[in-house]
Amino acid sequence: MEIKVVKNILEANEVIASQNKKIFTEKGVYVLNLMGSPGAGKTTLLEKTVESLKDKTNIAVIEGDIETSRDAERIAAHGIPALQINTGGACHLDGNMVRKGIEEFDLDQLDLLIVENVGNLVCPAEFNIGEDDKVMIISVTEGDDKPLKYPLMFQVSSVLLLNKIDLLPYLDFDMERFLSDTLKVNPKLRILQLSCKTGEGLSDWTSWIEDRLK
Amino acid sequence: MHESGIALSLLEIIEQEALPYSGSKVVNVKLRIGKLSGVMPDALRFAFEALSIGGVAEGAFLDIEEVPLRIRCNKCGKVSASDSLFMVCPHCKGIEVKIIEGRELEIKEMEIEDGNQGG
Repeated sequence: MEIKVVKNILEANEVIASQNKKIFTEKGVYVLNLMGSPGAGKTTLLEKTVESLKDKTNIAVIEGDIETSRDAERIAAHGIPALQINTGGACHLDGNMVRKGIEEFDLDQLDLLIVENVGNLVCPAEFNIGEDDKVMIISVTEGDDKPLKYPLMFQVSSVLLLNKIDLLPYLDFDMERFLSDTLKVNPKLRILQLSCKTGEGLSDWTSWIEDRLK
Repeated sequence: MHESGIALSLLEIIEQEALPYSGSKVVNVKLRIGKLSGVMPDALRFAFEALSIGGVAEGAFLDIEEVPLRIRCNKCGKVSASDSLFMVCPHCKGIEVKIIEGRELEIKEMEIEDGNQGG
């Protein structure tokens, strides 16, 4: 006997993600889902972002990692609420993990919540968590061939941060190729070049967030 | 990369759908998996085989239809297949394109066999 099912296998996550989104909208919290490889500079970017925005914006951060609370400790040292979620092996955060996480915050008091996803260039792109925008960070040391190798994350993101541009003189990174491949897989992607180390380009990024908060 | 998690979600759906037919076995499951879903059919089969042991879907065959990427251009309205994963209309070079197929990760139907008859 054949039984018609027709269900999205990730539907359970989609349902929770859209409930999260509703909660965030009701509470007036703008939510970013920050994704990128291990070592791309996600946590350092967050530290710089928090330093630059914390005096004018109420920010909180959720740190997703497989193990340890090191990243949340780094962020909390900047004097804002930071929560660590350990996925215990899972390669991405999902809607349910974020749902449990936000119970720890007073959302009424927040303007901006940034969720740092597990370091991974593939899986986080498939799981919505209820965010307003997905942000991808990639560093020039990862190579200029990534847009075509990992297209989904480039496609679902609203903004791409190209980090560590201070290292460009020492690398064979082909910027023209990287930018043209990126725009082929997502012609609408906003690309910002920056260096968390020197601070170059960081104000373009924080201005982008501030525009979204308006 | 997380095919085992997807296999678990799939098994949950299958077990839920099979509840009204207690005593039956699921023998075949039809899936649609888009090229852009990031899921590798072979890895999914492997995980499904291991995780389904002892349950209603143990030994079930995963009949996987791989769905190629198709985009529709908002400018010229043409639908085109895109093997290259490029989000650019090959006809008019328009960039306002919409993915109409290729991100699927769906269960379509499943076939069950009455445990009492089939043995």
